[in-house]
Amino acid sequence: MSALFDWLLALSALALGLASVAARSRFAAIALFIAYGVLVSLLWVRMGAVDVALAEAAIGAGLTGVLMLQAAPGASAGPAPRLRALPVAVAAATAAALMVAVADIGRAPGETLGARAMAELGRAGADNPVTAVLLSYRGWDTFLETVVLGVALVAVWALAAEAQWGGPATARQRVRPAGLLSTFGRLLPPVGLVTGAYLVWTGASAPGGAFQGGTVLAAMWLLAMMADRVAAPATGSAAIRLLLVAGPALFLAAGLLGTAFGTMFGWPPGFEKPAVLAVEFGLAVSIAATLALLVVGPPQLGR
Amino acid sequence: MSLFADPFALLGALLVAVGFAGLVGGADLVRRLIGFNVAGSGLFLMFGGLSGRMLGAPLPTGPDPVPQAMVITGIVVALAAIAIGIALARGLETVAPPDE
Amino acid sequence: MTGPLAAALVGAGVLFFLAGTVGLLRFPDLHARLHALTKADTLGLGLVAAGVALLAGDVLVVARLLLIWLLAMLAAATAGQLIARAARPRPREPRP
Repeated sequence: MSALFDWLLALSALALGLASVAARSRFAAIALFIAYGVLVSLLWVRMGAVDVALAEAAIGAGLTGVLMLQAAPGASAGPAPRLRALPVAVAAATAAALMVAVADIGRAPGETLGARAMAELGRAGADNPVTAVLLSYRGWDTFLETVVLGVALVAVWALAAEAQWGGPATARQRVRPAGLLSTFGRLLPPVGLVTGAYLVWTGASAPGGAFQGGTVLAAMWLLAMMADRVAAPATGSAAIRLLLVAGPALFLAAGLLGTAFGTMFGWPPGFEKPAVLAVEFGLAVSIAATLALLVVGPPQLGR
Repeated sequence: MSLFADPFALLGALLVAVGFAGLVGGADLVRRLIGFNVAGSGLFLMFGGLSGRMLGAPLPTGPDPVPQAMVITGIVVALAAIAIGIALARGLETVAPPDE
Repeated sequence: MTGPLAAALVGAGVLFFLAGTVGLLRFPDLHARLHALTKADTLGLGLVAAGVALLAGDVLVVARLLLIWLLAMLAAATAGQLIARAARPRPREPRP
């Protein structure tokens, strides 16, 4: 019964993915892509990977959708996708090769890193093994990931015209002061802030963490900006830039501190959990700021 | 365990091909980026599905945490790449509006 | 006793979702479609949440389900209004 549900869900996701890629208008493609992202998130729930499901729903479907919708008015009605022989042939060959791989890999259970990750959980500072992998075992990788986010933001900002560098992230929206969006922008952020902080806090022992919680915080800031409750920040302001680097800097400092206890990103014995939580909250704030500004885009472009 | 007992890895493989076709044959820049993203999430699903098969019975806390953490990293990096792509597409369309 | 009651509630909720989806696909214009979608989905989600709450057996879980329903209602009502307003032929607004 539940296998049938999984197959139906997979078929729906495949149909939505196809429809999104083949959609006639850009807006329809984006709308279908958001629905596709939600179904992919449900598939991760079915696999038992709730951490990934949260990230996919918040980042893969939500933030990516908002990001793309900003580009929706550019070319609302385009031509249907060109079905040229070579790309279709390459796609079909890719599908065939991957299916062979899927049929061949993992015929029988083998040795995995999962069991070893579980064995050392006590020293990793988190009861949620996914958080332990992200912040302890692969701390170096996650640190570089937050640096990649920052570099991406610099790349986006660098697309602004010379005179706009350091200017406000975007022009102000025109929103009626007592209107519906304005009220919504006042009602939701308090709830969202609590939810985001809860997701970061609970990430040490249950599904959640800095990326999922940070994304909720980013969404609340974006909503407040769209509803004109707060102005978009000046990208040149020292406070904003400090906010963007604070999390990765804290993570790096904690990692270097670990060398005093033997290894980079090895947490001080007895204080593993406080260290992980402090780094998680620092990261969440910087991730929230970086993600929100990535979605807002370069200063003043195209407005 | 039967090879096709669950649809996750198989669906991932098909989505990679669908996304690739969209990336190469897409009608405009944004729809090409959507293809890129569909292919990416297909790869993630393949990774998750295959790791579940390698693990056999799930751990007490659920599926293998190592691929999960790597997929979360991948989702975040994909967003960073898409943000640059969308900013480039918008900049291009401001300079040279698409003639449609 | 709670099992069949929960199943009936969830089933009724799913029926409302189905009706809303049929309305979304079949109704002629945007406002009618919005009407079908927002109302049927809000009620459907409420019924599903009520059914699941019967099975939860923990006050905290029930409270979270209630909160999710309230937030979804708030979001659906706001989004529906905003879409309807954006689609309305616009009277010329005075420039500030």
